[in-house]
Amino acid sequence: MKTAAYICGGCGIAERLDTGRLAKLAEREGKINMVRQHPFLCSTEGVQAIRDDIEKEGATHVVLAACSRRAKTEAFHFPGVALTRANLREGVIWVQPATDDARELAQQMADDYVRMGCAEVTRMMVPAGNPQTGKNKRILVVGGGISGLTAALAAANAGYETLIVERTPQLGGWAGALYRRIPDREPFRDPADTDVAALVDAVASHPRIGIHVGATVAKTSGAPGRFTATIASAKGEIIEEVGAIVQATGFTPYDATRLAEFSYGKSPDIVDQAGLERLAKSADGRAIARPSNGAPVKTVVFVQCAGQRDDSGRHLPYCSGFCCAASIKQAMYFKDASPAINTVVIYTDLRVPGNGEDFYRSAQAKGITFTKGKVSAVEPDGTVRFRDLILDEESAIEADLVVLATGQVPNSGVNIEAPDQENANGLKPISVLNLDYRQGRDLPQLRHGFSDSHFICFPYETRRTGIYTAGPVRRPMDIAQAAEDATGAALKAIQAVENAQLGRAAHPRSGDLSFPIVRLDGCTQCKRCTVECPFGAIEEEARGFPVFNESRCRRCGTCMGACPVRVISFENYSVDSVAAQIRAVEVPDETEEKPRILILACENDALPALDMAGMQRLSYSAFARVVPVRCLGSVNVSWITDAINAGYDGIMLMGCKHGDDYQCHFVKGSELAAYRMSKVEDTLKQMALERERVATYEVAITDIERLPRLIDEYAKTIERIGLSPMKGFA
Amino acid sequence: MSDYAGDFLREVEARVEEGEWVKMCMQCGVCAGSCPFGEHWEHSPQKIFMMIRAGKREEVLTSDSMWMCTSCYNCVVRCPRELPITQIMHGLATYAERLGLAPKMQPTRRFSLVFWNNCTKTGRVNELKLVMQVYFRNGFIAGLKEAWNMRRVGLGLLLAKRMNPFELFLPHRCKDQKGIQAMLKKAYEIEDRKRGFDS
Amino acid sequence: MKKEYAFYPGCSSQLRGSASNYLTSVNSMCETLDIKMTPIPDWNCCGASISYAGSGELARHVMNARNFALAETHLPGQDVVATCAACWLGAKETQEKLDASSQLLAETNEALKQAGLKYEAKAQVRHMVEVLIEDIGYESIAKPVVKPLEGVKFAGYVGCQTNRPFGIAGESFENPMYLDKMVETVGGEPLTKYEQKVSCCGGALAFSEPDKSQKQIKQIVESAYDHGADMIVTPCPLCQANVEIYQSEINRKHGTKLAMPVAYYSQLLAVAYGATPKQAGLDGHVIQPKKLQDIAIKVVPLKKA
Repeated sequence: MKTAAYICGGCGIAERLDTGRLAKLAEREGKINMVRQHPFLCSTEGVQAIRDDIEKEGATHVVLAACSRRAKTEAFHFPGVALTRANLREGVIWVQPATDDARELAQQMADDYVRMGCAEVTRMMVPAGNPQTGKNKRILVVGGGISGLTAALAAANAGYETLIVERTPQLGGWAGALYRRIPDREPFRDPADTDVAALVDAVASHPRIGIHVGATVAKTSGAPGRFTATIASAKGEIIEEVGAIVQATGFTPYDATRLAEFSYGKSPDIVDQAGLERLAKSADGRAIARPSNGAPVKTVVFVQCAGQRDDSGRHLPYCSGFCCAASIKQAMYFKDASPAINTVVIYTDLRVPGNGEDFYRSAQAKGITFTKGKVSAVEPDGTVRFRDLILDEESAIEADLVVLATGQVPNSGVNIEAPDQENANGLKPISVLNLDYRQGRDLPQLRHGFSDSHFICFPYETRRTGIYTAGPVRRPMDIAQAAEDATGAALKAIQAVENAQLGRAAHPRSGDLSFPIVRLDGCTQCKRCTVECPFGAIEEEARGFPVFNESRCRRCGTCMGACPVRVISFENYSVDSVAAQIRAVEVPDETEEKPRILILACENDALPALDMAGMQRLSYSAFARVVPVRCLGSVNVSWITDAINAGYDGIMLMGCKHGDDYQCHFVKGSELAAYRMSKVEDTLKQMALERERVATYEVAITDIERLPRLIDEYAKTIERIGLSPMKGFA
Repeated sequence: MSDYAGDFLREVEARVEEGEWVKMCMQCGVCAGSCPFGEHWEHSPQKIFMMIRAGKREEVLTSDSMWMCTSCYNCVVRCPRELPITQIMHGLATYAERLGLAPKMQPTRRFSLVFWNNCTKTGRVNELKLVMQVYFRNGFIAGLKEAWNMRRVGLGLLLAKRMNPFELFLPHRCKDQKGIQAMLKKAYEIEDRKRGFDS
Repeated sequence: MKKEYAFYPGCSSQLRGSASNYLTSVNSMCETLDIKMTPIPDWNCCGASISYAGSGELARHVMNARNFALAETHLPGQDVVATCAACWLGAKETQEKLDASSQLLAETNEALKQAGLKYEAKAQVRHMVEVLIEDIGYESIAKPVVKPLEGVKFAGYVGCQTNRPFGIAGESFENPMYLDKMVETVGGEPLTKYEQKVSCCGGALAFSEPDKSQKQIKQIVESAYDHGADMIVTPCPLCQANVEIYQSEINRKHGTKLAMPVAYYSQLLAVAYGATPKQAGLDGHVIQPKKLQDIAIKVVPLKKA
């Protein structure tokens, strides 16, 4: 190991700080072999100087004391060496006042950051990669509807072998069963051709797409780049090797028989939207007749929000998004055939996302009547009883045909948190992927049975690395949205396979080459890592030891945070590398009355917000010392102990929002940290320490002004409760 | 019970000015909220459009709601569907009047008819006569009473030389009164034919 | 350079009519600005916004089209300019409708034939303020000012019909600024905030529904007082009459003490250009616009545009 440290003087660092002193610190306290100062480190010649040291002088571990690790990443790109950054710019001079009075405290901050950088880098290793990584680049698409077909075609056209597995005997899904579709093109006036036949042809004739129909996935195991899927059909079982999976299993319509007051099933003249499409398809341009007696339909009524947006808890609580436009389309089937047919749409709110407003206007121009009303009952003879909410009176229409606009129930498989729970249609779901994962057979769901996909930052991304959802299985949507979704998911799948073979994390923490390393001899088989990994990346072998599936890993470090015996670490981010940073800070004794506040800041939201506070020259307490962490989930409780023992007066943990509308980039990390810290509170009490000494915050990347305020408020709290009594014991 | 079969809607489309717009209303209610006399309408414009769709012919045509319109056009410029609501309301009122369904004692109805009669007689409005016609609409005694109540206003205008007591006898008039009468007669003929009032 | 227009005064602006002082001030203003307004010979009433129950649709268009035909015959090539807001609105609506529908134009001409007239569909319909803003321009309006209306605060009450649905010079429907700008141009002080600016005075319904209308007028006047206005200025003859003459009625019914003068924009311009009180029609008010009268009686040298 040969270490090198570079103190940059640019961007005002040399004017505001004593860089000479920092250089000496790096040499004497940091024990760095080569210490250099440079007035403008990111310049071509500054970068070259570093490169020369690496190539000619053999530097293997490099500390750059300059700007934030988030800045100048292209200039300071030195693969093959362990690299860390001490944040003197955004972290010190930009968040401290440029006055003479503040100089001393700013210098102390800078001194500490240099110490921390030096301490950290010596505990880092260059990631060595993992020989287990899979190199299969084939994409498996589960589901042959519009989402699956579009995803498969997109991937195949991009040059990747693709395999479609479809449960029913033919491709096309719901879109294939439609007579016409909602238009997705100017002038949005009339129902359009579905073009599904052409799409199916394109897929069937594509040389890179393999197809299994009448087939399901009986078992899935492995990791990105090396998934093994067992495909079961009437012909038996086939084992397929793939690199990534797109789940596009779509939806099942809500069962209208559950709407007893709408008499579905009691008369053939009361149908749901799927039923109307069947009638339209068989009529094929001729007038749609009443199923009961073949008589012409003179009055047809559409009941919107049937079994949806329901507060009673008996039906779907959400809006499925596409059904108003679908009813408009179906009403046009009648009006286009014969303008004399009375078509009435009874709606709660008419929602036509995308370019639907023009379609709605066209429907009105064609003479379709829309009325805002609440339908209380549909009688078997077709009488629709409702309250007209504009006229504020009870009303009824005798209809020849009634169409119920029911919603989408996702085919998301088994809810791994409640495997025996029935789905919204009252049925026990059958597993879709049959994942051979310790954490469960299907993709985790978030709300209302939909597969969880990180809607804030990473749509299509599920909690299983290398498996992406597309289409209504992840949220209600129409054909246009599903096609777009599928293209996105295919892109993600391609990203996954390309990165997997290089051992790189795809998303988030893109490009990360580090993997968790376990010292199994220290493991107590407590299973905390296995259970708490948000991505189910860790399996369990016969003796109870964890098995790490490297390319399933998102490199968040939640396992590292969970492990009570600290045997899990990453080559370049370990329990040790962070603990060393914490201990490297010089904590003044209680007589100096200068507290030290440790801030563990998640690199996804908190750290950028802190950097941006610096860019806007917002100051915060000079007593704060920021240590970036990959995710609050990776915070090992031992770091809290280390900090307390080292005499820190307060510890702030800053991470992303958790809960149902979470923003945590690693889904569960922030939540786990909050839970763990609640346990820490008990320990603090036992040590007779104030509970304020450890505080956890949910922050967002936009909290640029809030974070300095929080830090200053926390500094005041420390002032109030006094310095830590634990100083001087380290 | 309302009937949503659309017969009245089609009747309005065929026979009421700008009636073909009624089906384009999307029930947002901005018209109702923007109307300066809104509180005085028994049924807001939004509701009237819905009543038309629901086939409530008699309630709409006998209502005094449409007569509340002051022609301020606030609804027109705010309607997201760009309905010419002012014209539709006037059109419905006119239609109701034509069918004899408009409320007889509705003051704006009576004023509208009086105004038109007044200005088409000579081609120019006879303002004093108009005012007299308004005051005396309910009879001689009532007229005297109202004129007396408004004496200050009248006196003010008289002193400001904005009211001519001789106008009753020497009204402003067009020269070609005959031509005006003839052209109006023809216009009524054409419109009656168009709107199906000529049988 | 002289601008020439086919003038459509409207019924209220006739001699000793309810807006006769409006016409007087317009004449004075136009003289200074070198605008020639020739009344359309034998012009007829447009029916305003209130005739609908008697006229139906076509008859109204025919009345307006008669005026256009007369203008085309006797004042060819000149824009039709109306000083009354309702006349302008109705005439413009007819012009646009006849432009858009050859069917309607044919029906109109069929009726006009009975009066020996034909409309060639070439009319351009303008309001007086449009002419001032677009053809003359604020700078030229400012030039002849010899008595800037300093120290007088005006509530620019635009009202409904010059503003909606057509609008003046592309301005916003919710907050048109042209009247305020005119006030500024002649040295007066406009209100920065006047939330009743485009609120309806009741229009024709001041006659048929006096209580409802007077409620609106009360708010219009009170708001002007609230914002410190000395008087209200308006571009519409019906608004001027409604807002001015019923204040005594409102005082009687509501116990208020309203006495807010209401002037026409043309009176402001006339006074600013040096007109006598008589020339500016200031003798035609029920509530005396004292501040304008005081400025009007001052003697200063005149300017010509």
